Amino acid sequence: MSTTLTTPSAAASAPATASSYADRPAPPPIPFARLLKVEMRKMFDTRSGLWLMASVGILSALASAAVVLWAPEDEVTYGSFAGAVGIPMAIILPVIAILSVTSEWSQRTGLTTFTLVPHRGRVLAAKTVNALVVAVVGMLVAAVVGALGNLVGSALNGTDVVWDISVSDFGAIVLANVLGVLIGFMLGVVLRSSPAALVGYLVYVYVLTGLTFTLAAAQPWFADLQPWVDFNYTQGALFEGWSNTGEYWAQLGVTSLLWLVLPLAVGSWRMLRSEVK
Amino acid sequence: MIELLELTKRYGEHLAVDHVSFTARPGRVTGFLGPNGAGKSTSLRILAGLTPATTGTATVLGRRYADLPDPGREIGVLLDASAQHAGRTGREVLRVAQETMGLPRARVEEMLDLVSLTPEEAKRRVRDYSLGMRQRLGLATALLGDPAVLVLDEPANGLDPAGIRWMRDLLRDHAARGGTVLLSSHLLHEIEVIADDIVVIGQGRVVAQGTKEELLHDDRTLVRAAEVGTLTAALQQAGWTVERVDPADPAAGLRTDASLAVTGQVALEARLPLLELRAADGAGLEEMFLQLTADTQREAA
Repeated sequence: MSTTLTTPSAAASAPATASSYADRPAPPPIPFARLLKVEMRKMFDTRSGLWLMASVGILSALASAAVVLWAPEDEVTYGSFAGAVGIPMAIILPVIAILSVTSEWSQRTGLTTFTLVPHRGRVLAAKTVNALVVAVVGMLVAAVVGALGNLVGSALNGTDVVWDISVSDFGAIVLANVLGVLIGFMLGVVLRSSPAALVGYLVYVYVLTGLTFTLAAAQPWFADLQPWVDFNYTQGALFEGWSNTGEYWAQLGVTSLLWLVLPLAVGSWRMLRSEVK
Repeated sequence: MIELLELTKRYGEHLAVDHVSFTARPGRVTGFLGPNGAGKSTSLRILAGLTPATTGTATVLGRRYADLPDPGREIGVLLDASAQHAGRTGREVLRVAQETMGLPRARVEEMLDLVSLTPEEAKRRVRDYSLGMRQRLGLATALLGDPAVLVLDEPANGLDPAGIRWMRDLLRDHAARGGTVLLSSHLLHEIEVIADDIVVIGQGRVVAQGTKEELLHDDRTLVRAAEVGTLTAALQQAGWTVERVDPADPAAGLRTDASLAVTGQVALEARLPLLELRAADGAGLEEMFLQLTADTQREAA
């Protein structure tokens, strides 16, 4: 029989005395759903994040307004609106994805993030899922704004509303944007610097596209090879002129492996081992 | 409890951390003292899992940092108060940490209150914070999960004297409740006033460690007199060793291995008025620290 046990009331009334920290049970592990929620919050809780999110709606509306104002009457179709709305999305959505990764380094928040969640792979996975969610939701918002523009534009012109985009075409456009967002995300992971990744993305989308286009025009051997090595080419085809053939999907697969999967794998591997300062 | 065992970090040829071993115990404040560039921050980053060690291990509460299931609730870490997103508000910084740890939202307001950030200040973006406010926000983040262990790198930086006093009380209180506190500083005085245990590091190596009493203890005597030269001669004649506390400043006094009584006697016989006569406690640590700082500066030069 032990007589040295403290009474429960004495123990309960002294939570802040010596050794209140001794022998505390370890807390339960952080669930992945919590990381998803936190990382989503971090995408939009800064001034720049807020404006990027708002600009998805604002720029879609501006692009639609431009079509209503300046497009010839017979071109006020959903295809024109979708095309106009898609241009700003191809920039904004990847930028959101880039900053979600690079701000941990450029703004040095990684010091807190990775001390609270030392398994960086889980943080990276949560960021990837969120980038995809933002890409799809962003495209849906843009599609709705474009549809409203089409209704308004047709009404103003007094013409019939033309819906000239099939569901599969729309699916292809969403896929193209998701791949663009992943390219931005990959550049963020590989470069870990906001300015470098942003410039890298613009160079990839605009400069590289021009170079390969010129090269293909001048060199027939490259024109033959291009569908198998140029991700801009295969991804761009999704916007217009893609064909639902096994060969096309194989080309898209090979080029994404080359431009997306491999660099993302190497970049992630390096990020997990890098020093956070 | 924090344990560093033979921790080493090599950058190419340079050994930033060289077989560092020490333990920070619960119920005590451990001061990690060293000149700038001695390897304090690198050691702490390794401890927090931000920098991979070349060799050696660091554990928190007996586990590797990466094995802590929800680290913020067991160890509060503040390595650099400036490492915050400039566009986030102070409250939002705490909200992100609170959500990561799965804590109730009220905890954020409690912490803002604890570190004296007003609701008005909490609404401002971190880019508009002074270093002192960032330091308070960083402390609030570290304390949010009510962790048993606190690790703070130079937490006094940027705080005003009242803020430093407040932080000292906070850390002392944390240790008094059985928590473990490890804090670094490049200022000897800062560590002297708060630490129970002291680890001194220089050029990546631990050069001294022990309780404050052990490290500050010094059997020698410190004596100041107007006629420094005469007193030096008198003590040396009596067979004692004498050295100037500061070779450049005679007014800083002399250190001698003669006892207090003997030093007084010698001065009396030489008919020399004394300005000060006391035990040289702490002088040894200060000398060592000055030497370390000088070595480090030479190294850098």
